[in-house]
Amino acid sequence: MEDILAQARRAAEAAEVFMVSSEETPVQFEANRLKRIQGKQNTSVALRIIKQGRVGYASTTDLSDTPRLVANAVETAQFGVQARFELPTKASYPQIDVFDPATESVPIEKMIELGEKLIALVTRHTPDIICEAMVTKDIISLRLMNSGGGEASYRKSIFSLSLWGSLIRGTDMLFVGESQSSCNPITTPREVAEVVIQQLELARNRATVPSKQLPVILTPRGVVSAIIPSLIMAFNGKIVLEGASPIGNKLGQPVFDQKLWLWDDPTLAYRPNSRPSDDEGIPSQRTPLIEGGKVANFFYDLQTAALAHTRSTGNGNRNGGLPTPSPTALTIAPGKTSFDEMVGDIKEGLVIEQLMGAEQGNILGGDFSGNVLLGFKIENGKIVGRVKDTMVSGNIYQVLKEVAAIGSKPEWVGGFVHTPPIYCPRLSVASK
Amino acid sequence: MTDIEAIGRQLAEIIKRYSADYIEARLEHSQRGYITYRGKELESIGQATAIGGNVRALVRGGWGFVSFNNLDGLPGKVELAVKQARLVGREETKLAPVEPVVDTVSTAHNPTIKSLAEKKQLLDEYNEIIWRTPKLQTSTISYSDSHKRVIFLSSAGSYIVQERSDINLRLNAVAAGDGEVQQAGLSVGSAGDFKAISALHHQVEQMARRAVELLSAPQVKGGEYTVVLDPVLAGVFVHEAFGHLSESDFVYENERLRQIMVLGKKFGGERLNIVDSATVPGLRGSYKYDDEGVPAAKTYLIREGKLVGRLHSRETAARMGEKPTGNARAINYRYPPIVRMTNTYIEPGEASFDDIIADIKEGVYARNWFGGTTAMEMFTFSAGEAYMIRNGKLAEALRPVVLSGNVFTTLNNIDAIGNDLEMNQGGGCGKGEQVPLPVSNGSPHIRIKKCLVGGR
Repeated sequence: MEDILAQARRAAEAAEVFMVSSEETPVQFEANRLKRIQGKQNTSVALRIIKQGRVGYASTTDLSDTPRLVANAVETAQFGVQARFELPTKASYPQIDVFDPATESVPIEKMIELGEKLIALVTRHTPDIICEAMVTKDIISLRLMNSGGGEASYRKSIFSLSLWGSLIRGTDMLFVGESQSSCNPITTPREVAEVVIQQLELARNRATVPSKQLPVILTPRGVVSAIIPSLIMAFNGKIVLEGASPIGNKLGQPVFDQKLWLWDDPTLAYRPNSRPSDDEGIPSQRTPLIEGGKVANFFYDLQTAALAHTRSTGNGNRNGGLPTPSPTALTIAPGKTSFDEMVGDIKEGLVIEQLMGAEQGNILGGDFSGNVLLGFKIENGKIVGRVKDTMVSGNIYQVLKEVAAIGSKPEWVGGFVHTPPIYCPRLSVASK
Repeated sequence: MTDIEAIGRQLAEIIKRYSADYIEARLEHSQRGYITYRGKELESIGQATAIGGNVRALVRGGWGFVSFNNLDGLPGKVELAVKQARLVGREETKLAPVEPVVDTVSTAHNPTIKSLAEKKQLLDEYNEIIWRTPKLQTSTISYSDSHKRVIFLSSAGSYIVQERSDINLRLNAVAAGDGEVQQAGLSVGSAGDFKAISALHHQVEQMARRAVELLSAPQVKGGEYTVVLDPVLAGVFVHEAFGHLSESDFVYENERLRQIMVLGKKFGGERLNIVDSATVPGLRGSYKYDDEGVPAAKTYLIREGKLVGRLHSRETAARMGEKPTGNARAINYRYPPIVRMTNTYIEPGEASFDDIIADIKEGVYARNWFGGTTAMEMFTFSAGEAYMIRNGKLAEALRPVVLSGNVFTTLNNIDAIGNDLEMNQGGGCGKGEQVPLPVSNGSPHIRIKKCLVGGR
């Protein structure tokens, strides 16, 4: 790395080298049994330079050809964006635990056993279900250094367990699923199995729903499929900067229900998206986004923050390219109402667990519209069965302006969102 | 620079020393370039080189798969793949037989060697056109190209060197007014030919105007309509709603699904024919051999309304007692091949567009692709453009619509097929974690009775 940095320094005013190595071991089950074990080794190096004030960028997995990496970066710098930022100098980083040696040492046999136990729990409940499951451990080493003396490095371990089941009766198909991940090893399949079994229980009977406006409870998974995509766009500093975020000029103003609090938090110990530093060497921090319904902040990387005359919030993320602002772990604060109280409050309505295709509409404008892949009808305060052939549409700026209640029990969804259920007084429902 | 040909020859010798029912390896060397714009400014420009490989071993029906980009210590990697396969294998190995192939396939185009200045010049022109439109809030342009050389070798004696190129261009315009935001997009691509994306000036202009016009368009009232799909959206429909169901890795170990997808079953009207073919020359989903070294084929999925075929890997073909179709594909060396589509389309019929809409009293004409996803029987896909049809004529423009339905009833509800087949080369297909895979899809205009449209 030092060598690449030195070569790049000879060709440009400033340079930054970012290197990630990972060793990933996925154990995969198909049709209720063990199917495939994988071992994936991956190392890649990315070089960002500033030459004559412009950004150049290249990456490679071929560590034997660093001159070409530097030449590629130099070539792109002729056309690159004007660099408005300075690479960070040496910083001190918060102590955030994201590596557990116990995860690294989990033997493959244990991973196989965990997957088999999970499938056994689910098939014991519903013998004719067909499950795919995956048990994965991933050990990641990350290091970055720049010509301003900035340097950050950490190791991370991630262990994850997921199950996706399908139940087919005639031409009727039911899909259920849940996943869990942590930096610590997951030792019991119980929590994932419980969510899946609950979904199967509620879907046992069928129910129909009329086409009209109805109250809807979004479960934590429902919140992620309906609402989160639009929120991520709205609070992205880059979208705010270009004037495309509907809340970009509403900093400090009440836009959402006053019960709503949202923040991004990469500092929690042993969460898969936590880290001491972002991918540009900026120390991690917790960033409030909505405080009591008011827009509190947007999230930024270095370049976007410089253009917006503010500071990076430590949200510079790389996804195989230049850093760009992205959330790490979004958290919605729990409220006071239990899920059962919400259900009990509804005479006729829906519980939405999974909305399919909701992110296809105009999410920039806050619209969501999707097919209810997994959802349940509420009649007189009780869940009576699963609904099908039903679409739900809404707009987050209307829906989140007045929510009926926020649930008291938050859950992690997909490892990157921590949210309770949200009870919306009315959403548009279309059904056949 | 690393020479993957030399490593390929070594690896072909190494795998002979290990004992498994079957071993194969892929080595890959790729270049990728990309340029993105956000608003008036170029946002990022970069180049990536990747080199890496994998070994896949099969023992008693169990698979081991090892991927790497450190090319040292190859025997250890083969050994690990075989060891993993042994841990998994508990039954009998079944692989459809194919003749070993030794071949070299090169491509006519390599877009990665074209100068960055030339690529940027074209994108600058498109961006200027977009920004000539009043009321525009922002825009994005995302261009990427790639060229790769892949060596496939197997314990059965195959040794195939295959090159592939790909270009993908997406443009998006966002208009704003009165606290409302609307957008319109265009997505195109080619199998590496830069010319295919270099004369879109008129389409780009229309796209930007459409975004602005949507600000004043009404939203459709949700419910059931007779819907006419244009070739682009109908192509997405056939890919999402039916294509994924034809991928037999979903089917082969699922007894109930096998009963639903039984060959000979009627799915649509007699005029409905659906095909997947990697053998059409020059499309994004075209190739000579798949990632298991199986020659590409033209496969009828539906013929005269009946299910007549499906897409296979060597394993799914053997387990279902059918012929392999050459549809096992991996997005790159980090993943094992899985059953995927290539170029999927509805064959043209005889109706003109005017015939198709003539007897519709109130319906929706949905055009252009925005996105689509599926969960076996249920699908949703969204149109980038929509219009009401009233009394056999196109009427007012609508906000973009989301269409949703059940594949089994929807295919049966196709009651008119146009004579104007077009292939759409934009976008890419996702399955599991392997996204995006270059594919194309197409159709003539089609009419669907009783289609569920989401709205207010």
